[in-house]
Amino acid sequence: MTKKNDKLMIIIAGLVIGVIAAGLAFLGNPKNMGFCIACFLRDTAGGLGLHKAPPVQYIRPEIIGIVIGAFCAAFAKKEFSSKGGSAPMTRFILGFFAMVGCLMFLGCPFRMILRLAGGDMNALLGLVGFVIGIFCGIFFLKNGYSLKRTYSLTKAEGFMLPIIEVVIFVLLLAKPAFIAFSEEGPGSMHAAIGLALAAGLVVGVLAQRTRLCMVGGMRDLVLFRETRLLWGFIAILVAALITNLVLGGFKFGFVEQPIAHTDGLWNCLGMLLVGFACVLLGGCPLRQLVMSGEGNADSAVTVLGLMVGAAFCHNFGLASSGEGPTSAGKIAVIIGIVVVALIGVVNTYVKQEKAAAEAA
Amino acid sequence: MVDARGLSCPMPVLMVQKAMKSKEDYYEVLVDNKTPCENVTRFAESQGYKVAVEEKNGEFLLKISK
Repeated sequence: MTKKNDKLMIIIAGLVIGVIAAGLAFLGNPKNMGFCIACFLRDTAGGLGLHKAPPVQYIRPEIIGIVIGAFCAAFAKKEFSSKGGSAPMTRFILGFFAMVGCLMFLGCPFRMILRLAGGDMNALLGLVGFVIGIFCGIFFLKNGYSLKRTYSLTKAEGFMLPIIEVVIFVLLLAKPAFIAFSEEGPGSMHAAIGLALAAGLVVGVLAQRTRLCMVGGMRDLVLFRETRLLWGFIAILVAALITNLVLGGFKFGFVEQPIAHTDGLWNCLGMLLVGFACVLLGGCPLRQLVMSGEGNADSAVTVLGLMVGAAFCHNFGLASSGEGPTSAGKIAVIIGIVVVALIGVVNTYVKQEKAAAEAA
Repeated sequence: MVDARGLSCPMPVLMVQKAMKSKEDYYEVLVDNKTPCENVTRFAESQGYKVAVEEKNGEFLLKISK
């Protein structure tokens, strides 16, 4: 594929995803939340009873669609392969704290774009933090940070998360008593199951084919002067913005934005933690879902880390609400930034000393 | 020869970027995933190199030359 086609393809994919994402909010999803990987994993964790916060319990078909869509696209293109073994526990922890950051800000990088496209200027402070976090991660990348290589695993390993998603989908349809459904709040607002699943499938296929990633854009621009992924990010923003303007979902300002708070400092620090952790992970939460569909067991472990992180956030009052952040949440974000920095240091410098010792 | 098997992006591209500081006319890069294959190709081309890809047993050998 030529370079020009390459860029055109991700722009088209971004535009389609932007329209779908803004559109879902009109088909029943919460405002500026056509897609939010963090929120939807959190809702799914709630639906499965991993946390007991009544307003955010619903198995989101979008997540299932993304994983299965990416799985099908990778399988069709012979890109599916079971791989893993690159610091799974470290990735779990990074996923955990990425979620703590997301739920401080109230959205993953994907929703940050959608909030911007909805006129929510609090997301602008999130973006500032996000970029700072990415620069923190890049500092370690430039100095040799690595979680070491993956290895080929048994075929079954790569199928695990896609199969789990199918099982969860069956639970969503069957509605057994132990699956929770929010009766009010964001978890009660959702598009029809079929529509949400279809939207997820389309996004999953497009994201797999284009390698779309919300942190990758900024990262590659800084590291390699490579703008391809950033065009995907911009295309989503533009398409969602236009869709919102046409459908009347645009509301400019800081106050009374849907599922958002106005504490600028903590919006910024929350997304700083997300950007930092995601660069060390090698991709945003959306990309982690897509890679787990491609058979990457490390990404699947990261997704579990995100879900457990979400469960902790709601079990221990770490997640923000429309009223603002909680003091426990602030402490958790600070701990998260420290832990992620330590993971960066250990996997950048300690390893080099060891390599030097081996060489000697 | 850069062996970037098992590594996910951006590591392979970073390794190639580092190797290219020596400004040689020919490099070989080994990766085992389509994404780094595309990304390394894109990067090498942006640096004015030509890239030929050989695929075997799920691994990609990239021959990068001026």
